[in-house]
Amino acid sequence: MTIRVCVPRDATALSLGADAVAKAIAAEGKRTGAAVQVVRTSSRGLFWLEPFVEVETKQGRIGYGPVEPGDVADLFAMGFLQGNAHRLSQGKVEAIPFLAKQERLCFARAGITDPLSLADYEAHGGLRGLQRALGMAPAAVVEEVVASGLRGRGGAGFPTGIKWRTVAAAAGTPKYVVANADEGDSGTYSDRMVMEGDPFVLLEGMAIAGYATGASYGYIYLRSEYPHAAKVLNEALATLRAAGWYGTNVRGSGFAFDAEVRIGAGAYICGEETALLESLEGKRGMIRYKPPLPAIKGLFGQPTVVNNVVSLASVPIILDKGGKYYADFGMGRSRGTLPIQLAGNVKRAGLVEKAFGVTLRQLIEDYGGGTRSGRPVRAVQVGGPLGAYFDGSLLDLPLDYEALAAKKGMVGHGGIVVFDDTVDMAEQARYAMEFCAVESCGKCTPCRIGSTRGRELIEQIIQKKNVTANHRQLLALCDVMENASLCALGGMAPWPVLSALQYFPGDFGLPAGKEPAHVV
Amino acid sequence: MWSELRNLRDGIDLGTPPRDGAPVAITVDGKNVTAPAGSSVMAAAALARCPVPKLCATDTLEAFGSCRVCLVEIQGRKGFPAACTTLVEAGMVVTTQSKRLAELRKGVMELYLSDFPAADIPGGWSELHETMQQTGVHRHPYGAGENHLQAPVDASNPYFVFDPTKCIVCSRCVRACEETQGTFALTIEGRGFASKVVASQGESFLDSECVSCGACVLACPTHSLVEKALFEGGVYRAQSPQA
Repeated sequence: MTIRVCVPRDATALSLGADAVAKAIAAEGKRTGAAVQVVRTSSRGLFWLEPFVEVETKQGRIGYGPVEPGDVADLFAMGFLQGNAHRLSQGKVEAIPFLAKQERLCFARAGITDPLSLADYEAHGGLRGLQRALGMAPAAVVEEVVASGLRGRGGAGFPTGIKWRTVAAAAGTPKYVVANADEGDSGTYSDRMVMEGDPFVLLEGMAIAGYATGASYGYIYLRSEYPHAAKVLNEALATLRAAGWYGTNVRGSGFAFDAEVRIGAGAYICGEETALLESLEGKRGMIRYKPPLPAIKGLFGQPTVVNNVVSLASVPIILDKGGKYYADFGMGRSRGTLPIQLAGNVKRAGLVEKAFGVTLRQLIEDYGGGTRSGRPVRAVQVGGPLGAYFDGSLLDLPLDYEALAAKKGMVGHGGIVVFDDTVDMAEQARYAMEFCAVESCGKCTPCRIGSTRGRELIEQIIQKKNVTANHRQLLALCDVMENASLCALGGMAPWPVLSALQYFPGDFGLPAGKEPAHVV
Repeated sequence: MWSELRNLRDGIDLGTPPRDGAPVAITVDGKNVTAPAGSSVMAAAALARCPVPKLCATDTLEAFGSCRVCLVEIQGRKGFPAACTTLVEAGMVVTTQSKRLAELRKGVMELYLSDFPAADIPGGWSELHETMQQTGVHRHPYGAGENHLQAPVDASNPYFVFDPTKCIVCSRCVRACEETQGTFALTIEGRGFASKVVASQGESFLDSECVSCGACVLACPTHSLVEKALFEGGVYRAQSPQA
């Protein structure tokens, strides 16, 4: 009997040599005469084990990693095709604690299926959500999403169902569904994993959004840095069209929906929905003022759903199992699960999908295994480059939109970047302003000029020049950027700066306990 | 028609183009005023004789919302909405002057002045200078930092010069070229602090698609784009005090 050996085709696995490993396994199989079929699957998101090879055995899938091509002959010799012990063996994959304790709803198929096999997708729960939605009234579909409590996973946390309701009620034809796949936050990769590893779930979510809101066409605005995702999505679109799930008459329902992939030009700001729409229209990626909301006047002036990839990929299971099923996970007003991405100085980097309420400490210690350097955790940045830096005293905060906001932090897109005690927080603050200066669209003045002045002020402070005066001016500048900027890039760039000043004043040569005026 | 819609004597810039919707009553700094539906808070404030400082807004161009000096407070709304991009709604209570607004406007003006030729701050008579008067900001606290003060003057056009050192990147010229003239000769190149006005693909004004209509010169609030006739002897840039 042919034994299936799964090797991920995810970009992280590829960058660690998964192609060479897959090739070596096929070659060694041929050489030894073993009946091996190498299947290229998505990744589990256990990145410290990539390239992570899984063998389908009678006891279930047995994992080996990280595998290098040079290990392959030894793996064969030791009988890994039978799931035998080996120094690289991680045992039964589903029993690996990092994975076993997760609640994978959005990522239910991660690492299990061939991303482009529609049969695999359907065998693992795919398309049930869309099938069920097509039998419901569009308004009922919207209400199911409202009931789920799903909030925008791109970072803003706006209730997805309410946004859909607005688009559904807005006058105008055509309407559009735009998937925001411009995942640019540092330390985040969940959108990429969805698109490379389970493209049908995104496309199914988009079709459901289209059906619910009366939109007939979708765009996936994909960052140019994700070439593998572009290829996978385009192939997945062709497969869905051929199977009648996309097109002028979706599975005979009379509902018409199709979509295409559009590649961005390399600007962080185009992850902001209005700049994204400008870019999609072929213009310079600059912020539009709101209102009008994109839900009412969006792409080409038409009512438009703009949702993050993970938001849309969370919709199929909501329609399949019901809004209540999804809402039963989570805490407070943060319902469902969040695909959390562990990165930075952490022993076990990877994807942790958990219900809201898990604490930062659990994530970093239990899942992440502490720092890779083995040194103590000093700072954690949650929610991307505009997220606040927290010190060790805040690690027991639960991951929850409101709990983090109360400490002037944010869930953002679910990225957690860990730093050990060698980090220089003044340098991190300087970097936050520099990031804003590099990525500012240049439209509004607080961001366009303020970010550069902010970087200069912090550089002065680092060089111990006029520290008191420059500190005072930096606080005033942060106030102006926060309150006068046109969008959240300029408006939130001060957050990492102010939090670094608040929790790590010594790194700036400032006396401890002197809290900056504008930090709550 | 234009002056009727403006409902004002010539020479007063409402900040955003006039609209002709049904009248909407709002309060600005305690004064009752009605403005046609679709009007901006900025236009209503101008009608109420409570002018809000502005730089990127002018009533010959659609609102843009980039300069951030027209921030106001609106009862029941959080933050500081821009008066130019916020439309009037019945019963709105708007405050255009407060300590907090003055702080924020000062902070924004200081950023502009931190990248503006020092020699051109005193004694000028552009809209930027009017806004400096209005906000009471004539200096900035920043040390010598990154700037555009060495950018060369483009005097290629026979009728006007472009001095990028005085440019505040408000895009009024770019928008006038699009909205008023329909020529699309101007654009913003680069991003962030490097954003700058360029003609065509970074060519000189003379070599670009510019048709010398002058709409951009009329729209410029800082005399960064200005008629050559105003200068004597072909010296287009004031000598900075340091030089």
